[in-house]
Amino acid sequence: MNDISPQVVDGKAADPAAQEGELPKVPAWQLAVTFNEIALSSFGGGLSAWSREMVVSRRGWMTDAEFLSAMTICRILPGANQVNVAVFVGTKLAGARGAAGALVGLITVPTLLLVGIAAIYAIFQKSPILHHVLGGFAAAAIAMTLSMVWRTGRSTLTSVMPILLFAATFVLNGILRWPLWWTLAITAPIGIAWAWRQAAPAKPTPPGPSLEVTPGSAAP
Amino acid sequence: MTLTLALQLCQVFGITSLLAFGGGNAVIPQFQMLTVEHYHWLTSRQFTDAFAIAQAAPGPSTLIVSLLGYRAGGVWGALIATAAMVVPTSIIVYVMARLWNAGHGEHRLRHAVQNGMAPIAVGLILAGGLVVAREAESSILQLAMTAVATIILCASKVNPLIVAVCCGVLGGLLSA
Repeated sequence: MNDISPQVVDGKAADPAAQEGELPKVPAWQLAVTFNEIALSSFGGGLSAWSREMVVSRRGWMTDAEFLSAMTICRILPGANQVNVAVFVGTKLAGARGAAGALVGLITVPTLLLVGIAAIYAIFQKSPILHHVLGGFAAAAIAMTLSMVWRTGRSTLTSVMPILLFAATFVLNGILRWPLWWTLAITAPIGIAWAWRQAAPAKPTPPGPSLEVTPGSAAP
Repeated sequence: MTLTLALQLCQVFGITSLLAFGGGNAVIPQFQMLTVEHYHWLTSRQFTDAFAIAQAAPGPSTLIVSLLGYRAGGVWGALIATAAMVVPTSIIVYVMARLWNAGHGEHRLRHAVQNGMAPIAVGLILAGGLVVAREAESSILQLAMTAVATIILCASKVNPLIVAVCCGVLGGLLSA
């Protein structure tokens, strides 16, 4: 805990070569540039693949194992996964400045682009052609969502209980339109308790990355 | 941009972001409920259009909040909504990353939370897809494009942008 020191918590502190804790290996501006590049390369999804490609393969800032465990933690935490990964990587490489740099790099240009698109949309939204083009984009976006369900579902819905949790969540939130917190109030305790019991008799899990390991696949 | 609206934006996006377990798409139904049904900042149709634009545009798809904020309060609305969406969770991630790097990490609880929440997240993502699909045009063409695009995206590693552009062009051409 000693590395949560005031000069690191303060976002605009000192100089890049901080005096104690982990020395920042990468300047914050370079994180910003890199995550901006990641964001702009990822038209139409695929952000996590691009993040790995840049952070691990091209920049060599992290090993695959480090990156995967970072992704795992970021999946547990609330918030958009890709934003979380950027903040996590930034924090690891350069503390608070790195976190801010990665976050700003990831979202600034895309946000401005979207504001521009929103303004154009507001002018042309009555146009029937635009409507049909966006209808096509909506079909693709729904398809992207379904393929995400397919990909993540294949690795997680491997036994009866996960399938029940998945189905219950979908019905409560998607079909009955329960608000998110009511849905989670029902399903999350059941899911965590189930996974906790699953973990008990098994051999102790090695501390390394275990992104794709599911209790079902580890069952005898 | 009134103070009331600014506070509403912070509340809608700030609080919802803290519930976004399983990624940004898991809170799409919640956003739809709040921005369309509760505050009437935009119509269902505009919401579905915003979802489509945010998915296809570069950057995290969670930046749909920029579009929703823009409908509510213009450029400032977009900026406030985006900040409310990313800043609180980023602070949490920052603190967790510090703790993690300092060697704290309770493995059994971490695995229980991760494994227990994973199927729930998948359910929430599918629910988000359904909410958006409900509002989209339900023509035969639309359904066929969705089905074909889904199969292509599941079965291949083709860049989703190519699929999105093809669907957009097809939608424009075939309706004309």
